[in-house]
Amino acid sequence: MGKRALFAAIAAGAVALGVAGDGHAQRAADTLRIAFETEVDTLDLYYTTSRGSYIMSQLVFDTLVYRDPETHEYSGNLATSWEYIDDTTIEFQLREGVRFHNGEPFDADDVVYTLNTVSAPDSGVLATRNVAWIDHAERMGPYTVRIHTRGPFPPVMEYLSGPVVIYPDEYYAEVGPNRMGLAPVGTGPYQVVSIDPGQRFEFEVFDGYFDGSPKGRPEIGRIVIRTIPDSNTRLAEMMSGGLDWIWRVPPDQAERLLGSEAFNIVNENTMRIGFVYFDAVGRTGENNPLTDVRVRRAIIHAIDRQAIVDNLMRGESEVVHSACYPTQFGCEQDVARYDYDPDRARALLAEAGYADGLELTFGAYAERHNVEAMVAYLEAVGIDVDLNFNRYAAVRDQMRSGEVPMGQRSWGSYSINDVSAITSNFFEHSVDDFARDDAVRDWLRIADSSMDPDVRRQNYAQALRRIADQAYWMPTWTFNRWYIFSRDLDFTPTVDELQHFYRARWIDG
Amino acid sequence: MLIYSFKRFGLALLVALVVSVLSFLLLFLSGDPAVAIAGEDASEQDIQAVREFYGFDRPFLVQYVDWLSGFISGDFGYSYYFNIPVADLILDRIGVTLQLGLAAVILATVVAVPLGVAAAIRPNTLIDRFALFLSVFGQAMPSFWFALVLIVVFSVNLRWLPTSGAETWQHFILPTVVIAYFAMPAIMRLTRGGMMEVLSADYIRTARAKGLQPSRVLFKHALRNAIIPVVSLAAVQFGFMLSGSIVVETIFAINGAGHLAWESINRNDLATVQALILLFAMIYVVINFLADLFNAWLDPRVRVA
Repeated sequence: MGKRALFAAIAAGAVALGVAGDGHAQRAADTLRIAFETEVDTLDLYYTTSRGSYIMSQLVFDTLVYRDPETHEYSGNLATSWEYIDDTTIEFQLREGVRFHNGEPFDADDVVYTLNTVSAPDSGVLATRNVAWIDHAERMGPYTVRIHTRGPFPPVMEYLSGPVVIYPDEYYAEVGPNRMGLAPVGTGPYQVVSIDPGQRFEFEVFDGYFDGSPKGRPEIGRIVIRTIPDSNTRLAEMMSGGLDWIWRVPPDQAERLLGSEAFNIVNENTMRIGFVYFDAVGRTGENNPLTDVRVRRAIIHAIDRQAIVDNLMRGESEVVHSACYPTQFGCEQDVARYDYDPDRARALLAEAGYADGLELTFGAYAERHNVEAMVAYLEAVGIDVDLNFNRYAAVRDQMRSGEVPMGQRSWGSYSINDVSAITSNFFEHSVDDFARDDAVRDWLRIADSSMDPDVRRQNYAQALRRIADQAYWMPTWTFNRWYIFSRDLDFTPTVDELQHFYRARWIDG
Repeated sequence: MLIYSFKRFGLALLVALVVSVLSFLLLFLSGDPAVAIAGEDASEQDIQAVREFYGFDRPFLVQYVDWLSGFISGDFGYSYYFNIPVADLILDRIGVTLQLGLAAVILATVVAVPLGVAAAIRPNTLIDRFALFLSVFGQAMPSFWFALVLIVVFSVNLRWLPTSGAETWQHFILPTVVIAYFAMPAIMRLTRGGMMEVLSADYIRTARAKGLQPSRVLFKHALRNAIIPVVSLAAVQFGFMLSGSIVVETIFAINGAGHLAWESINRNDLATVQALILLFAMIYVVINFLADLFNAWLDPRVRVA
């Protein structure tokens, strides 16, 4: 923290001296230069869980359906229209005249091959959730496809407009996932020029991109994405004119540069929410204090989440009360809220028989400063916290093996704008379910599998109200991201964090 | 000499083996590798798929023996993350790290040895004080901080050098300076100490008394003896530079083996981590061995012993 702040101070000084920013040069070269912090392994999106791959896949590939990044409304992309034949069958009319980067024409065979290949049990796909709902795809005509789902699957459009990208059947059959990851061929607005895995990805605009795509015709000729792991270096590279766009800028750096003439400094929320889960079902032992709902409520009352959001998270972050991201379908907001009230917390603890305080182990792995703040708030109401801060994999092991009764977690829902992508993942008696509430599970299952939006909404609402009422989770806050980009660049960050670089433009002038 | 070499080599192999068992064990102790590979946002289903795909559900010992037998037969396995052979991955990355290390050790020696000699000839003068100041500073300053200061001065403000990457030779200047500066103080202090000791030795007095040229006394007679421990030290420093390059490569976004090691540990990319650890251990061993040979060439007494 100190290191970053000092660096940002020096760097801000440099900006003030007018040495930073050199946007016109790269605009003239028509190359958008981007740095990510993590190494991207492959562009075969089915064989990775990397966010960077997801972002780049939007450039190279298309999906059947397009989800507007702002309104979250669906429109046709590789499909032009669709209709539900029954609860588990959707028929798509496909767009004609679309070609892949290698010249292969797009038709029903590509859709059928892609979906059936990745959903096959022995496909070895890493992001199984993205394809597990597919039963099979069926060719009904050269430009007509039916997708059969495994049981009713209401959020199907979220997946078909996001991670389920369409590959060329002949090419994919020939090269397989490894080669597809390094020499990808899609129908998308950009084609790959070169890939140096983990280091550098270069794209150029695809001249044959089909008209009528909701993604629009891209304006920027080239996009180069590099990996620069250190946030100071990313910022320095930006300032020395070597980059046009960076994100995940630490807040202390971003805030120091606010007001800079050289860059746009923008904060945007993400679909990721944080939460603390409690061992309500008693995995860590029968006498575990967290099995008492009063203790769980006391903990939430004890922590001033608004103060942590205002002072530590800052940006666009907001306190979350319901166990989902507010824009997600079915994310009921009318649930029990536990305001910051340390007296009420103490009273609840006393009522539960812990007037003299209690000891709790808290497993955490990220956001150290927020975690420390939470611990301080808990100590203030007499809860003696044994903070167990470790790597994510280690904390997770401890939670599941019943060693830690209270754990930190966050969830980005894969940018799926539907409650089934978060709440259902944690409250249907999976290993990550520390509540094991049968009623909640039943409501969620009804909502997950009904094709009637009203039925879904009602049942999600009931489940979320019970989760809040029983304080199974303490939802904490939404996560925000800082973006810094050139003043010459017209770019709008979105909560789905998919970046949509194909929408970026140079600003005239 | 041959038996001695074989013994040393056998010992080195043993060290490498122990290191590999320990690192294998540590990676498992630091959490389920399947969870680390699948990532924080993976569902239980995803994790189970990873576990079965990579065989993490087998007993630890079976996995280790499986890996070891592959390693011995030259199969370093596949990187879980990049899904390419580990050997290809390392070959792709090691070159830049070795270049960086070599450049830094040369730079450090070229600067530190003359400075150390100068400080030894004129102890407690301005030049000695300057050398001392430099070495204290170099030892005390964290390398990431020094790297960032150099970036701000030479890349952001002056715009003389590129900030990050490894495309041209200019990209290597700042990282080389950072690594070299970290290695300099030890080499310089050892040169100074060795020279001062040698210069007060009887044979130097004799050489001077014979009326030999002062420069000849200094370089032919004194330095050759004083440099022996420095050679060993420089070799060790080269090994340190491989580990030091983890930080420097990360800051300058140089995709070398150091950075690969760091990222692979974070990703629990077991096969890559294992191969890198063994490789680093072997480089250490080979360098020390070469340093011994070089010392033997410099000093006939070492050859006998």
